[in-house]
Amino acid sequence: MNKESWGSRLGLVFAMAGNAVGLGNFLRFPVQAVQNGGGSFIIPYLVCFLLMGLPLLFIEWGLGRYGGQFGNHSTPFIFNSVSKKFIWKYVGIFGIFCNLTIAAYYCYIESWTLAYIFKSVSGAFAGKSSEEVAAHFGAYVTLSDSYMAVFFWLICLALNVYILSRGLSGGIEKVAKIGVPLLIIFGLILAFQGVTLKAGMKNAIYDGTVGLNFLWTPQFNSLWEPKVWLAAAGQVFFTLSVGMGSIQCYASFIKKKDDIVLNSLSAGWMNEFVEVVVGASIIIPISIGYLGIDKVVELTKSGGLGLGFKTLPYLFQNWGAVLAPIAGMLWFGLLFFAGITSSLAMGFPCMSFLQDEFNFTRNKAAMTFGAACLLLGAPVVFLGIYDILDEYDYWAGTVSLFVFSLLETILFVWVFGIDNAWATINQGADFKLPKFVKYILMYITPTLLIFVFVKNIPEIIDKIMHREIYHKIATTTDPATLEMLNNKLLFTNLSRLLLVAVFIGIGILVFVANKKRQKLSAI
Amino acid sequence: MNGSALFMMISSMSVITIITGYFMYKVVYTPPKPEPDSFEFNDDEKC
Repeated sequence: MNKESWGSRLGLVFAMAGNAVGLGNFLRFPVQAVQNGGGSFIIPYLVCFLLMGLPLLFIEWGLGRYGGQFGNHSTPFIFNSVSKKFIWKYVGIFGIFCNLTIAAYYCYIESWTLAYIFKSVSGAFAGKSSEEVAAHFGAYVTLSDSYMAVFFWLICLALNVYILSRGLSGGIEKVAKIGVPLLIIFGLILAFQGVTLKAGMKNAIYDGTVGLNFLWTPQFNSLWEPKVWLAAAGQVFFTLSVGMGSIQCYASFIKKKDDIVLNSLSAGWMNEFVEVVVGASIIIPISIGYLGIDKVVELTKSGGLGLGFKTLPYLFQNWGAVLAPIAGMLWFGLLFFAGITSSLAMGFPCMSFLQDEFNFTRNKAAMTFGAACLLLGAPVVFLGIYDILDEYDYWAGTVSLFVFSLLETILFVWVFGIDNAWATINQGADFKLPKFVKYILMYITPTLLIFVFVKNIPEIIDKIMHREIYHKIATTTDPATLEMLNNKLLFTNLSRLLLVAVFIGIGILVFVANKKRQKLSAI
Repeated sequence: MNGSALFMMISSMSVITIITGYFMYKVVYTPPKPEPDSFEFNDDEKC
């Protein structure tokens, strides 16, 4: 019997917000805004947050709390409490699969932030050129120079396992109560530095406000482009950590008469605060202050990760021998706290499944999760040059999330019934939702999810068919590149097989657990 | 900064900050439910 519980309401909200706030708040959102209409991006972004993000939060909190009343804390059996049709508990596999697979590569990214805190403090970037700092990151993640990345990855995994073994209130909640306020404070300090940057000061070429001006100048004509709406919906979706199974698990420890409406609204809006107010004011103003608009636009084409790990550590060196290590520590520290509060939320559903269904002790469940992450993460770490991380991220961290969200919305709103769903969400609520939200839940949220998914089908087909790799193979004459591409094709296929095997493996565990339950109920 | 960028930034940030602050205020100052509730911190209080 799982005896976990939350220590306080504020702790629960911080843990949920910490689950949502991740590296994407600081690295993905500003880049998406730059690429999709600047200041006007906030309009589709907030519309999608209100029509898709918040309703999905209500659905997941509602599903979790409802399943928790029957002692179920993992999505297969939370879904089984909502509908007894056998298919739904197998749909719930996604809630364990996504968490486990995402945690496997996310812990590795998290370990980069931990390593970069130490590198920043020890002055590893002092006196290096921008090319050297960028090359350092490339060598670090592909293990070309040393196995230091493996060392930090193992430390990170051990840290996650230790905190998870301390339980919900003794581990996760304590980390969230320290980590979330700290990351906001670190972010506000860096945002202040970025925004008040003046041309000529600390070797800056432009004012920090030039970056803000570039980021926030609205291009209203972009609002008519479907790709901008698609990007906004995608950003809202990923930033809230919906469609993973972690929110349902956290919410399953809330009792019947406690409020979930206000809690979910608080956690959701806190994530928006961190993303729009803090996240948008760091990376772009500082980068443009030193590199100018054209260079930053060029750099954002390869995503925010490069800006965060290759560019900022170099730019901080302009702040002097004292401030540079502090800035590096604050930047990677906030990324670390954003990362660990999310990875813990991924571990707990996997643990809860093992504790509920196979009577694992908390320590044993935490160690099993750590071992699974180690095995699944090994290809990501040791075959980094073949982009296995991208493959995991695409199938487990992108496509699966959309599929799972759509199916859970159908289950909760249509199968369980909107009246039951509405009653579950509003049970014990201190803050009553207006009635029109009911219609958003029923029609608009599923339609938006279908729209986003359908628009992505051509890309999914291209991925399945390896069109990008085959195109490169067809246009390459260099034998070394050709060999590299053929190896990439092989390892990409193997990693997909591994993901399918993991999904089936979890399915078998759900089947066994269900049989155990049937035997027990027969007795 | 130009006027439209300043307007978009200040209005967006203000709206989000105010709403976040309002909900966090409600979370902190809403009286706890009588026992049994989901939270351990007031477990000694009996209803």
